[in-house]
Amino acid sequence: MDHTHPLLQELARLYPPERLLTRTAQLAAYESDALTAFHQRPEAVVLAESQEEVIETVRLCHRHRVPFVARGSGTSLSGGSLPVAEGIVIALNRLNRILRLDPDQRLAVVEPGVVNLHVSQAAEPHGLYYAPDPSSQPICTIGGNVAFNSGGAHCLKYGMTSNHVLGIKAVLPDGEVVHLGGESLEGVGPDWTGFFVGCEGLFGIALEITLRLLPLPETFRTVLAAYDSLEAAGHAVSAVIASGLLPGAMEIMDRLAIQAAEVGAQAGYPRTEALLIVELEGEEVAVEAEFAQLLQVIQGTQPVEVRTAQGGDERARIWKGRKAAFSAVGRLAPDYIVQDGVVPRSKLGEALAAISALSREYGIPVANVFHAGDGNLHPLILFDGREPGALERAEELAGKILDLCIHLGGSITGEHGVGVEKRSFLPRMFGPTEMALMHRVRRAVDGRELANRGKMLAIGE
Amino acid sequence: MIREVISIQTVPALQDAVRAQPRLHVRGGGSKPALSTPPAGATLLDLSGLAGVLEYEPEEFTFTALAGTPVAQVQEMLAEQGQYLPFDPPLAQARATLGGVVAAGTNGPGRFRYGGVRDFLIGVRFVDGQGELVRGGGKVVKNAAGFDFPKLFVGSLGSLGVLAEVTFKVFPEPLAYASLGVDLPDLDALLPLLFRLGRSPFDLHALDFHPVEPGGSAAGWRLWVRLGGLASTLGPRLDKLRAFLGQGEPVTGGQESVHWQGMLDFTWQPEGTALVKVPVTPQGIPALDEALARAGADRRYSVGGNLAWVAWPGKLALLAELLQAYGLTGLVLRGGDGSPGPWLGALPGGVFAQRVKGVLDPEGKFGPV
Repeated sequence: MDHTHPLLQELARLYPPERLLTRTAQLAAYESDALTAFHQRPEAVVLAESQEEVIETVRLCHRHRVPFVARGSGTSLSGGSLPVAEGIVIALNRLNRILRLDPDQRLAVVEPGVVNLHVSQAAEPHGLYYAPDPSSQPICTIGGNVAFNSGGAHCLKYGMTSNHVLGIKAVLPDGEVVHLGGESLEGVGPDWTGFFVGCEGLFGIALEITLRLLPLPETFRTVLAAYDSLEAAGHAVSAVIASGLLPGAMEIMDRLAIQAAEVGAQAGYPRTEALLIVELEGEEVAVEAEFAQLLQVIQGTQPVEVRTAQGGDERARIWKGRKAAFSAVGRLAPDYIVQDGVVPRSKLGEALAAISALSREYGIPVANVFHAGDGNLHPLILFDGREPGALERAEELAGKILDLCIHLGGSITGEHGVGVEKRSFLPRMFGPTEMALMHRVRRAVDGRELANRGKMLAIGE
Repeated sequence: MIREVISIQTVPALQDAVRAQPRLHVRGGGSKPALSTPPAGATLLDLSGLAGVLEYEPEEFTFTALAGTPVAQVQEMLAEQGQYLPFDPPLAQARATLGGVVAAGTNGPGRFRYGGVRDFLIGVRFVDGQGELVRGGGKVVKNAAGFDFPKLFVGSLGSLGVLAEVTFKVFPEPLAYASLGVDLPDLDALLPLLFRLGRSPFDLHALDFHPVEPGGSAAGWRLWVRLGGLASTLGPRLDKLRAFLGQGEPVTGGQESVHWQGMLDFTWQPEGTALVKVPVTPQGIPALDEALARAGADRRYSVGGNLAWVAWPGKLALLAELLQAYGLTGLVLRGGDGSPGPWLGALPGGVFAQRVKGVLDPEGKFGPV
């Protein structure tokens, strides 16, 4: 595609030159997302500033049969916003308006380029917040969260993005605009909004998203327990669950992840084999009573050390280390792959032992940070991409971990999505009937397979 | 040969029936007759025999059961482990089934705390319009792989396929409950209180309200606020809540549970009326309520004013007209003259819905979307 391509000529009429990027140097920043192992230069990038521009761009792509990829901040860990060869990227960061904040009805209507954390910041003066909190929440956008059904540390109690989206105005891949859902928590008819969330961009682009907000908890109590083995930390999770408590978050980090967090955030964590973070939240009276119960349960699990966070500062420091763990791991090795598989909670111990064995077998270090409450693993596979064959071996190890998750009755992804990275694993989790149906649904919505081509589903099957 | 009723006992039998019959309608426990009465010419599939719990791992917070399993049976099983279905499915006493609750998309007052059936259904197996058995979602509480078919079946009324098996996420149930009843003169006084509560850090288990008499506001309104948790904490929490609201009468024990159970069984629904679910927003309630009062329709507002249960005394065509005037839609669960229905008003989804429907039900064996 050169600059005489009719699509580029039409885009040049729609966008001023500074918002239509076609030069190599301009495109470089869009070649990959947070899954840096994959690169693809797009033909062009448009920086849309209005819903009308997005709709018109999609219509032009459809008319000219050119694939397009919508992109927010490019934080996808599954290659969800990797460009397509011969395709264009529609950058949505400038559609960053919070169109309406309705504290009485506890909802916000936002454009797709609004940053996740900005929603909570806007809601905070009203005593409200937006619950889904992926680690990338200071930069990731709601549009990307919707496309990939992003999660975070609080999913067991509060669910994922789809549990917080009430309505969506979207442009389908052929330029048709639809309104799904609305402003009520309730609906009649099939839950089309829920079906759109997590489609990985294959059903089009969300232009306006109605989010449900929750009241900020009155108080938090956080406990950090150190264990001399991952198994012991895993047993502690089971004990907490069996006690009938419903913590807002339960996170585990292993030795390597603890090291990384120390380097990255100086969290002051105990140097040990495994750390468990459990957090309760809610009304003060209730949380105090539950916290006493929680500490009793934790004491019964032979921890090496127990720390509790009383004030906001201590709590913030505990979480800072956890949330910084991903980026901090970058200091332990030049490159890493994050996996995102899920196993039944009771199989956590088995899964971790198997991952540790695989790590030894391959001679590749694997750091583990995971959402223990919902069985969502995040093994970080550390390697040096400059060594010949290192990426391939790391990917092979990652694949073995995904197979393990499927084998244990779990999922290949809890919150990062399939993207390009795990596309070949989806048919191992689902059978030929399911795959065929997903392809048929995709083609019924997007006959030309233009929207985010090559993500989740292979093309032309 | 087209038979009127086919009783389904197994999943393969369900697939055979879907393949063989040109038009189908599904019934579970029959607790919502307006939804389970087949239209003329459709074969009725009775799924009440496709019942039984297949897996239950209390530690995983999940269970899997066949679609025709009675909700009450599951609730009993969960209660033995101190767990429950947080969306509070209505009509369990009337033999509502898990599949029926999903297909109808019905939630009770407890939906306010943690979410609705859409938020707790994590996996399905369904038979599509070509008789294929398809799996969607999974059996773990967190999963982002593939299209989210479980969501699609919530509220679908069997229009996209027949549910064979469902997997739910469950939670530990609060050990005790207590409520506060607040009497208020009218909606103008009630709604600001509702909004203040909604923005407050109280962990409310349920938040419902209704006029004391259906006809008008002379007798005033009652706001019901429910708390759940450790028994020892409920007293102080109730006190704090009453101080926050500046009024309210504590309701506890048997009287409290009878009230909320009545909400689930719709014991308040007058004879001869149609029970209609109407999704609303709190700010839209005053205008709608005035019209409902004029028509003499009793009603209950649930889920913090996001759901209206209307007991409609007249022709459903008039209610459909009324809802349309306010840009609302409704779903008739039981009673009424059958026409129009069960959906009142325009169905959402537009061209997106039609494209997906065309794939799942290419021969039009199931009802419309």
